[in-house]
Amino acid sequence: MAYEDGDPPLSLHLLRPISESPLRLDPLSRSFPSAAHRRASSTSHPSHDIHLPTPAVRHGSRAESERLASSQPELADADARLVFVGDPGRTDPHLQLAGNAIRTAKYSPLTFLPRNLFEQFHRVAYIYFLVIAVLNQLPQLAVFGRGASVLPLAFVLLVTAVKDAYEDWRRHRSDRIENNRVASVVDPRDGQFRPKRWKDVRVGEVLKVFADETNPCDMVLLATSDPTGVAYVQTINLDGESNLKTRYANHETTSRPIGDAHPFAAGLICCEQPNRNIYGFLANMEIDGKRVSLGPSNIILRGCELKNTAWAIGVAVYAGSETKVMLNSTGAPSKRSRLETHMNRETLLLSAVLITLCSVVSICNGIWLGKHRNDLELSQFFRKRDYSDSDKNYNYYGIGMQVFFTFLMSVIVFQIMIPISLYISMELVRLGQAYFMIRDTNLYDESSNSKFQCRALNINEDLGQIKYVFSDKTGTLTENKMEFQCASIRGRDYGSGKVPLQDNGGTHSVLAGDQIWKPKMSVKTDPELVALLQSRVETEQGNQAREFFLALACCNTIVPLIVETTDQKQKLIDYQGESPDEQALVFAAASYGFVLIERTSGHIVVDVLGVRQRYDVLGLHEFDSDRKRMSVIIGCADKTVKLYVKGADISMFGVIHKTIDLDIIRATETSLIAYSSLGLRTLVVGMRKLSRNDFEEWRSAYENASTLLIGRGRLLRAVSSNVERDLQILGASGIEDKLQQGVPEAIESMRQAGIKVWVLTGDKQETAISIGFSCKLLTSEMTQIVINSNSRESCKKSLQDAVAMSSKLAAISLDSENILRGTGSSRIALALVIDGNSLVYILRTELEEELFKVATVCDVVLCCRVAPLQKAGIVALMKNRTDNMTLAIGDGANDVSMIQMADVGIGISGQEGRQAVMASDFSMGQFRFLVPLLLVHGHWNYQRMAYMILYNFYRNAVFVFILFWYVLYTAYSLTTAISEWSSVLYSVIYTALPTIIVGTLDKDLSRRTLIKYPQLYRAGQRDERYNLKFFILTMMDSIWQSLAIFYIPYLAYRHSVVDGSSLGDLWTLAVVILVNIHLAMDVFRWNWITHASIWGCIVATVISVIIIDSIWMLPGYWAIFHIMETGLFWLSESRIFHLSLACQPSKGLDRMVQTHNPITLSDGVLLWSCFW
Amino acid sequence: MNNVNGSVVGSSSGSGDGSAPRRNSKRPKYSRFTQQELPACKPILTPKWVISVFTLIGVVFVPIGIASLMASNDVVEIVDRYDNVCVPSNMTSDKVAYIQNDDVDKTCSRTLKVPKHMSQPIYVYYQLDNFYQNHRRYVKSRNDAQLRKSSQANETSGCDPEKRTKDGAPIVPCGLIAWSLFNDTYIFATGNKNLTVNKKEISWKSDRDHKFGKDVFPKNFQSGPLIGGKKLNDTQPLNEQEDLIVWMRTAALPTFRKLYGRIEQDLNAGDVISVTLKNNYNTYSFSGKKKLVLSTSSWLGGKNDFLGIAYLAVGGLCFFLAVAFTIVYLVKPRKLGDPSYLSWNRNPAGH
Repeated sequence: MAYEDGDPPLSLHLLRPISESPLRLDPLSRSFPSAAHRRASSTSHPSHDIHLPTPAVRHGSRAESERLASSQPELADADARLVFVGDPGRTDPHLQLAGNAIRTAKYSPLTFLPRNLFEQFHRVAYIYFLVIAVLNQLPQLAVFGRGASVLPLAFVLLVTAVKDAYEDWRRHRSDRIENNRVASVVDPRDGQFRPKRWKDVRVGEVLKVFADETNPCDMVLLATSDPTGVAYVQTINLDGESNLKTRYANHETTSRPIGDAHPFAAGLICCEQPNRNIYGFLANMEIDGKRVSLGPSNIILRGCELKNTAWAIGVAVYAGSETKVMLNSTGAPSKRSRLETHMNRETLLLSAVLITLCSVVSICNGIWLGKHRNDLELSQFFRKRDYSDSDKNYNYYGIGMQVFFTFLMSVIVFQIMIPISLYISMELVRLGQAYFMIRDTNLYDESSNSKFQCRALNINEDLGQIKYVFSDKTGTLTENKMEFQCASIRGRDYGSGKVPLQDNGGTHSVLAGDQIWKPKMSVKTDPELVALLQSRVETEQGNQAREFFLALACCNTIVPLIVETTDQKQKLIDYQGESPDEQALVFAAASYGFVLIERTSGHIVVDVLGVRQRYDVLGLHEFDSDRKRMSVIIGCADKTVKLYVKGADISMFGVIHKTIDLDIIRATETSLIAYSSLGLRTLVVGMRKLSRNDFEEWRSAYENASTLLIGRGRLLRAVSSNVERDLQILGASGIEDKLQQGVPEAIESMRQAGIKVWVLTGDKQETAISIGFSCKLLTSEMTQIVINSNSRESCKKSLQDAVAMSSKLAAISLDSENILRGTGSSRIALALVIDGNSLVYILRTELEEELFKVATVCDVVLCCRVAPLQKAGIVALMKNRTDNMTLAIGDGANDVSMIQMADVGIGISGQEGRQAVMASDFSMGQFRFLVPLLLVHGHWNYQRMAYMILYNFYRNAVFVFILFWYVLYTAYSLTTAISEWSSVLYSVIYTALPTIIVGTLDKDLSRRTLIKYPQLYRAGQRDERYNLKFFILTMMDSIWQSLAIFYIPYLAYRHSVVDGSSLGDLWTLAVVILVNIHLAMDVFRWNWITHASIWGCIVATVISVIIIDSIWMLPGYWAIFHIMETGLFWLSESRIFHLSLACQPSKGLDRMVQTHNPITLSDGVLLWSCFW
Repeated sequence: MNNVNGSVVGSSSGSGDGSAPRRNSKRPKYSRFTQQELPACKPILTPKWVISVFTLIGVVFVPIGIASLMASNDVVEIVDRYDNVCVPSNMTSDKVAYIQNDDVDKTCSRTLKVPKHMSQPIYVYYQLDNFYQNHRRYVKSRNDAQLRKSSQANETSGCDPEKRTKDGAPIVPCGLIAWSLFNDTYIFATGNKNLTVNKKEISWKSDRDHKFGKDVFPKNFQSGPLIGGKKLNDTQPLNEQEDLIVWMRTAALPTFRKLYGRIEQDLNAGDVISVTLKNNYNTYSFSGKKKLVLSTSSWLGGKNDFLGIAYLAVGGLCFFLAVAFTIVYLVKPRKLGDPSYLSWNRNPAGH
């Protein structure tokens, strides 16, 4: 574990970043991993007579202990769950606890309709539909027939319901499969294990799980095939981490003979009520009158797979919906894309237009009625009175009411001004875009075999507008595959380049009987150091070196696994652990001859230079982010007790005995600086021999602390701090974390694309800067502004200096720019390097503003030694102060908060666990995929979605305006010439498909061009494809086109015998052809699907119109055929057709010019576009 | 960035090529569709393209325009507004009273002069101005089921306010449209010879065959206190009442013509037609106009210059543009896809 930084080791036991989203796991300590040493020896050791009766419980982090202290003072009987082991009847006499049947399906056949409708109507759009449809049912307002008014809503509801039903059916199916799996459960009658379906498992029952089986419920381990009660589990289904984690059965229960009828009866477990914290569990068990405490290392959660353990027996404590995995199953956070936010703004504008239109119509109607007040009775087309019904007025309630009704009716008539169908189209298009992103082979990572994943479906188009990328370093820019490079032992530096390293991986293998066990990976070794280790001469240096490697081999939480190979004689030792740093150290120790062979709960076996040695693990203080170190207490064969500590340098130098070995400390510090300037991750190792008294003192304190139910974590930390002092320094190690493939190129591409890359890392400043150089983030021409201050005042001062400096530099570069205009950027690039300590004084204070000013003028910002929450704070700083879009990319648990804070969060599915992926909106395998993702897919998504939104606005507005112009010729009575069915089908059949197809498939520029010219990405950053100007242009365009469509037939058919339906059909066909041709004109690349959808839609429209006109019930019966017989029809249609070809008002110009498209930009285009 | 062509930034696409596909690989299957590489054509508006398209449009549109104008020109149309002149001079102050007074003789004589030779068939139209046959109240006031089948006579929904008589008997045909049937009549004569007006087949065949039933007879029609228009012959089935069928195809616009009949003989230039008309229909209450129209027809329909002019104008404009573009193209040619026009090349400071 790299304690030097707090960055990658978080994978292990890091405090979880306080998550921003309430749906996430409780932000408590992540504690369960490596419990390997949790349980200090529970078996008494012959030579030491050390007996720790209770299993040690891991040190909780501060968060956990605080929670324990505050919110849950005690496991009071009242709110605790009592589980009688092996007795489900007594545990749950009234069947009040959840059974183990799970139900992820939302609906049952009975509840589907009401619940689904209820959920669907949560959307504003649907409520709008509904209100319109309800309005239309009032007799005074009946604009459309019943069928026509309800159809659009019904259609949308039906489609969504079918989709939901299908998804739910799939959930039902998987639930059924899950519930019908079989587990082996103790039959309370005879104590035999019998198969039982998962859904019938009850709390209190004793289960047996075999290797590679999935655990059916949360159960407390009672016994395992391992005599010490160890079980290994894989939690890939739970948190996605594929590493093995260790779980323990309690000593009291482990020793029970297996096979007895009720071996565990009489046990009573008192545990917490179900909660969603998968890393915490608090309980105690009374067995044989003894009371033992249980922690998270004693429980196996539902969904875990048992590995490397033949069987495990446990008692179910939480079942079904109360299991932690089920309590945690929540969806991805919902974000709303910027484009959609803007679109909603424009939708409001459209509502204003709608209201204006309606007001115009109703006011004109009022004026008309007022003017013809006296004519209404005799005008044949109005006839106010109903003579059959005692001469009352028919449907006439005075001018005021008429105006009011007209207003409401016009809302109904013009309803599609608000393009509700757009919301559905957008969802479909996003689905298509997600499909293409997922299926893109360029986003597939061979090394981790991971595909691109879209976890959030709402923000695809945001990928095209990113301005700031906040990147984690370890595992994101680098591979997080740690390799031990060099060590400084007793102040002497080995392996950092003086002597060529040897690749002698095969040399250190362990003989076990007739078999050879070899570490799976080997590390290049320094021959000098190897010689020193193997020399028989007792030198101080040699002893220290041996101690150093022994410390590396045992001070960790690595579990060695013996893996079979094809060769029977040879087996490989694989080190399973959660921290890549620890793995690297153990592999390094193995290569130098200190091979960790076995780890059980109480001891480890290390092959020390060919001699197999057993060490008792007496105690282990796990890593936590406050101490930034871990320690282990080892009992050696010679009955000495040693404490080995490793940790980050600052934390270690605080506890090292400063008075002796001052030279060594100095030399080590020098080596550390050298290592980190090479970009290596450093760790310092120390040890202390414990005297009998020291040990006893520690032991009693440790015992006291670990039996506590409350405040255990805090006390254990105090115990560890107490013992980790006055250390003798052994040395330091340097671990290399290689840059991922293609990172410098990706960063350069993003720089050209106008994306600012910020690196936020937990590493120290030197390491961060050196990585910055190696990934080309920093260049030697850049002026670095470094801020690392320890007080508020100095922070303020350095910030002010930085502001002054940046403005001075900006002035200089501005001058030089004027001189050298046209020759390219001569601006002096600035880089800001700031550390976490300074950020403490800056974030959330008034200094934020200063930092913001400095950061925005800098090309690169490097933040080192930042805590997870600071990462989120920095993202928030930029997100809240600018309109620019932010993207955070990271791979570890420490990046979760930043990923959730940013507009777009990307998780790297890499070496560290999968929390980052789980919290992210998108996930992928490599940092460099950002380039195709943003520059290609992001650009496409943004361009497509922006176009689709504008087009939908245009399409519906054209239609509404045509209706509106006609209304002006109907005495403002809201008659529509276009038949009501055509109005309804307009946005559903006539014009829906092409926009979705184009929105999914069209490409303005090819992948090659976009990659070659990253500058093209800036269009998205500057909102060039969708902005208010475009919206207004689009609206003006649609008004102009609707005028043309309306008035060409109007003027052609004026004073003729044409009837309303025929003219309506003409208009219908005209508008459908026009908007489809308009779309066709905007298509950049025509493939067969585009052709089929656009021309198909026009054909479908003609067919629909013919079908509608073949219904004798409707007034428009046969109208289409009659109008098609007239020559005027064809002339008008072709005129409109031509018009639609020519009508590409200023839009075309804008598009061509702003696309920066080197290929399409031509005089012809410009002139063509200028014309209209 | 000053030199786009020079510094091509490494593409980050392509990962792990050449490695053998391993088992359980999640690598997405390659297909041209999923990689968005479907063969596609990308129309580029090059200057040549644009110029030839404009020329082509001009070539096609100008003849169409000329043909339409000629067709429209060939149509001979006689329009005579008679609503005001047919009111006796002593009643002009209250025309509504005049039209509502059944005792006044509504006969009126008009003479029309044929300006040019009119070849048969000559269509006789009446034209109403300011009559909102497309008013919502009006358009909706009909019931198509009732018109089609005699068994559906009671089906009067939607016909308000002309649904049933005071005693509740259903009106056939119900609704305002039928109720307001136009009832002016015209008799034509040249010299002293009557011109027969053929009133058969003036309506749509589809309407006669499918929309109006041959067993549906008018019932209780025009029996209310306010007479809207023509009374129907109760013994004639609806599908033979062609005036009604024509009238019930409601007009699209407030100024409209309806076919009255056809004169199936040629009229010579200078012929004088005397029209004896019954000025029965009340357009005075809403200040509407009534006109009698005699017109021949062409392939284009009636007389209408608009489309011809529109086509000519656009065709001409296209020619003009084609010429203008050609000149621009020859005088100041520009390379297609010149990268120096890219925004970041024109503005090197970047953003």
